[in-house]
Amino acid sequence: MIIAIASGKGGTGKTTIATALAQTLSEREKSISFLDCDVEAPNAHIFLKPNFTEKKDVEMLIPDVDDDLCNGCGRCAEVCQFHAIVVLGGQTLVFPEMCHGCGSCTLVCPENAITEIPQVLGALKGGLTSEGINFAHGLLNVGEPMAVPVITKLKKWDERISAEVVIVDSPPGASCPVVESLHGSDFIILVTEPTPFGLHDLGQAYQLTKEINIPAGVIINRDGVGDKKVGVYCEENDIPVLMRIPLEREIGQGIAQGKTLLEIRPKYKKEFLNLYTKIQELAGDAR
Amino acid sequence: MKQLVILSGKGGTGKTSVTSAFAHLSSLGDLASKVVFADADVDASNLELVLSPKNTKSEDFIGGQIALVDADTCTGCGICEEVCRFDAIHEDGAVYLVDPIACDGCAACVYQCPVDAITMHEQNAGKWFRSDSRYGTLFHAALRPAHENSGKLVTLVKQQARLLTLDENYDFVLVDGPPGIGCPVISATSGADLALIVSEPTAAGVHDMHRVLETTAHFDVPALVCINKSDVYPKGTAEIKAFCQAQDIQMVGEIPFDVSVTEAMVQGQPVTDFLPNAPSSQALVKIWDKVIKEMQLDGVQ
Repeated sequence: MIIAIASGKGGTGKTTIATALAQTLSEREKSISFLDCDVEAPNAHIFLKPNFTEKKDVEMLIPDVDDDLCNGCGRCAEVCQFHAIVVLGGQTLVFPEMCHGCGSCTLVCPENAITEIPQVLGALKGGLTSEGINFAHGLLNVGEPMAVPVITKLKKWDERISAEVVIVDSPPGASCPVVESLHGSDFIILVTEPTPFGLHDLGQAYQLTKEINIPAGVIINRDGVGDKKVGVYCEENDIPVLMRIPLEREIGQGIAQGKTLLEIRPKYKKEFLNLYTKIQELAGDAR
Repeated sequence: MKQLVILSGKGGTGKTSVTSAFAHLSSLGDLASKVVFADADVDASNLELVLSPKNTKSEDFIGGQIALVDADTCTGCGICEEVCRFDAIHEDGAVYLVDPIACDGCAACVYQCPVDAITMHEQNAGKWFRSDSRYGTLFHAALRPAHENSGKLVTLVKQQARLLTLDENYDFVLVDGPPGIGCPVISATSGADLALIVSEPTAAGVHDMHRVLETTAHFDVPALVCINKSDVYPKGTAEIKAFCQAQDIQMVGEIPFDVSVTEAMVQGQPVTDFLPNAPSSQALVKIWDKVIKEMQLDGVQ
């Protein structure tokens, strides 16, 4: 069972929910993996404190042109959809930051003048937590635009994705990095807050779950602030509200210090067990 | 013309609340009707929710292209699947099909197909808007969920804002940035004269503030830092201040936790306009004054 935690808006509590769910299930499931797919701003390790023992670079293949073989025909530049390779005055230039690593230029070069060399985009780090959770996250290098290849590699790193339960902590938003994170999940938990911003971005995220056809439910965090419109939206669209967590200063302060929700409020363990049962039902119904 | 971008690294620290307050404050002083606003968070465009914009222009955003296999021409040789590095092409009966969500738009398959069965097709990936808002012209966009190229849409929104400043001889573009440090953030930051980082005194907020400050440094954009909800965890606030001092990054102020910000949001207004005397509003006025001074705009005191 792969459960992904997403939200349109940032800072709604994705990592709070993901870490609490992982800790709860670590006591009852045989194997549990946690994949922090927010490779631009990963935070789950702050809370679960894994002992990182493994590290792997994430590379992308970038074209390298052999000037002796290149005759400046420009075929590579013609096929490149991303303007990452251009021919100027007979000289072929590569712009690695634009390159998507598709290999098209290498395939079409009539002189076989292009080879591909790996360029490091980021890294994966993995290790066990004290609860025995098989934790891993990706880290996009500063200045690198493309998060997706790092997420793809993270999800394929060894056999983590085949654990009995896999918790995927997604980045915020509703575009490509989120799609890549959620791809292949059995169920998506959308975490939101009951404010106009939370509602607007929940709408974006919910549409995304429909587009990729994965069942979803909502957790309303910081319940009590803002207004009632998120609950109304869920009712109107027939989206199950799985849990509500009230706004409490003590929870906020605990999370600020790097404590998980279960460490601050152990009573939530029961709620997360119920949540898991509900998710199993909902994911089963959808199948 | 100068450009200020509001960033944070971590989401939900208050970027849009700060930007909307700045939009309001910019409409009061020397800058009135000389500022353009751009919402560069196209995945979660929230600035419009507090600036009551009226659309004056709305245009489709054509994102990247995606590949499409013509089933009648396809011979089922499978070369396209072999060359696709995005796992987007799969066998389907006697032919091959493209998964439009996984397709990166690289067209490698198009050029390798021996029978020319694959063509590229433009994708309508959202819309961008020009609007008259309560405080000035706003450029914003809505990316269709699950679509690519949010960086390209960010660039488009900013370009439109910049074109207007040239046409109208405006002085200033205020950009509300997206969370993270990747492609949309790089697009939002490109060309900025100054970045304001909205941090929060939490373990995660501090971690991500470091990442976004490394990013602005990487692109040579000077950065200022302010702390939102600064009284929630004083130890975290002290840590941010110490870090900024050690790194020689200017700290321009602290905004206390204040429910007025959410109340104003529910009313569809920036807090500085809705409740000017609220503690957060007073803090935001001071921060705005410091930021404007740092921007060194001509003719602005």
